Amino acid sequence: MLRIEYAYWLIAAFLVYTGLRNLRDRHRWHAAFWLVLGALFGGGDAILAQSAAGNTLPAQLGGGGVIVLALLAPRLQRKAHPESSSAEQRLQSAIRLGHTLFVPALLIPLVTLLVALFGGWLAIGGHALFAAPQMTLTGLALACVVALFAASRVARTPMHEGVAEGRRLLDAIGWAALLPLLLAALGQVFTHSGVGTAIAAIATAWLPGGSALAALLAFALGMVLFTVIMGNAFAAFPVMMAGIGLPLLIRQHGADPAILGSMGMLCGYCGTLLTPMAADFNLVPAALLELRSPYGVIRAQVGSALAILASTIVLMWLFVFR
Amino acid sequence: MNYWPLLGVAVIVVGFVLRFNPVLVVVTAALGSGLLAGLSVPALLALLGNSFVASRMLLIFVLTLPAIGLLERAGLREHAQRWMARLQGLTLARLLTGYLLLRQLLAMLGLTGVAGPAQTVRPLLAPMAEAAAEKILPTLDDADRDELRAIAAATDNIGRFFGEDVFIALGAVLLIQAFYAQHGIALSPLAIAIWALPTAIAAFAIQSLRVWLYQRRLRQRAAGDRARAVD
Repeated sequence: MLRIEYAYWLIAAFLVYTGLRNLRDRHRWHAAFWLVLGALFGGGDAILAQSAAGNTLPAQLGGGGVIVLALLAPRLQRKAHPESSSAEQRLQSAIRLGHTLFVPALLIPLVTLLVALFGGWLAIGGHALFAAPQMTLTGLALACVVALFAASRVARTPMHEGVAEGRRLLDAIGWAALLPLLLAALGQVFTHSGVGTAIAAIATAWLPGGSALAALLAFALGMVLFTVIMGNAFAAFPVMMAGIGLPLLIRQHGADPAILGSMGMLCGYCGTLLTPMAADFNLVPAALLELRSPYGVIRAQVGSALAILASTIVLMWLFVFR
Repeated sequence: MNYWPLLGVAVIVVGFVLRFNPVLVVVTAALGSGLLAGLSVPALLALLGNSFVASRMLLIFVLTLPAIGLLERAGLREHAQRWMARLQGLTLARLLTGYLLLRQLLAMLGLTGVAGPAQTVRPLLAPMAEAAAEKILPTLDDADRDELRAIAAATDNIGRFFGEDVFIALGAVLLIQAFYAQHGIALSPLAIAIWALPTAIAAFAIQSLRVWLYQRRLRQRAAGDRARAVD
């Protein structure tokens, strides 16, 4: 039976491999960073199991590991590894292989989708092939393995070179890969330390009591504002949800959770288009395109972001209280 | 009510404005916020460790890197560029709208990494957009070129953002599902993802309209130039 834990072990193995390759290349900070992260991934199930059993020591060690990662991150210089193939070689290969190059790339979403849709019905000898929790993600992990196999067949290159290429890309991404996880953890800490309740208290003090529309507007605009501050809708979501979404809109006014969650997140995405804090999307492209103003991309996005926000709020108002 | 944990939010703002490493800023904000809320150090460490490993699913995208890396080495990007360049008869608005649609559809399939500012906008979309605009108005100045490139990057971002929420296996949908699961509301990823569709359609219509309006402004300026030339 395929479980999501196998995917985490696969990631752990890839991270440890990346760490060891960096150790061999004498990039000590990179090596330490990926090895600590690999240990967190490999030990994650043990941490959660021990915590559930009442022993928080492994979780505390995990928290210490997160702090170590934070201290290591500023030491990771983003340096591009030399390309493993020349532009001329890649062009020749592209001409030779043509559209077959698209096949393994498309296998990733295709296999994921198939497992998500039909994985529940697959069984071998009476045992379900995929465990029900996180089946889609298990499918994604499987799809990546299938795609790597297919890519190695199409490009007539051994698979381990694919893993080496993957390591090159992972090193190029560096600490940025970690931000989504850390922002999710930050959201948890914010929730536990009452940031959400404090914001909710401020919001309720300001809100006209009992108005569903006012609460909805506060939630949507709060998502935008918080995303602008944090640079990421993922960090804003748990805070605004715990503060306004869950207690006021869902519990008190009976809002539909799926619609509120989905569209609330999209309001946050409108905020992402407006903020320099979302550096990867707004400042990096401006630099890449050699614009004279670092805020050129944001300026081009303001009109669209506000119009999309307005239409999303209207759609939410129409559907969420049905 | 204890308002001190809100200082964690202030740490984020100040840290980003002063351009410290974001990873360090986020962890510092978490520690500060937790301590100000009166959590003990062991409890805070355990909370940090538990919530970090509980969201391991957010790193699952790294498993795509070996296959994508191998394909890029075999010329995937070069092939995509050559294929795009062969497509003819494109006006500026059609080019950008077509790219927007493709980007949204790819993101809906979870293929957010296939395109992007470095992969497609700089080498492909921005030069093609400038070429298409030059066909309308041959006298583009530097400010126009900056604006065109910015519009190309904005189109890429909007296509990505308002497509990826429809994909069931990555990022946003899973975060929403995980949040509700923690609070006792069970939802399937598909039930959440489907509600990103109306906004995806609105985003496509809005950005297409803005691109078309920009093209119309270029045409009007070109007509003005021609009228002056006749005088």
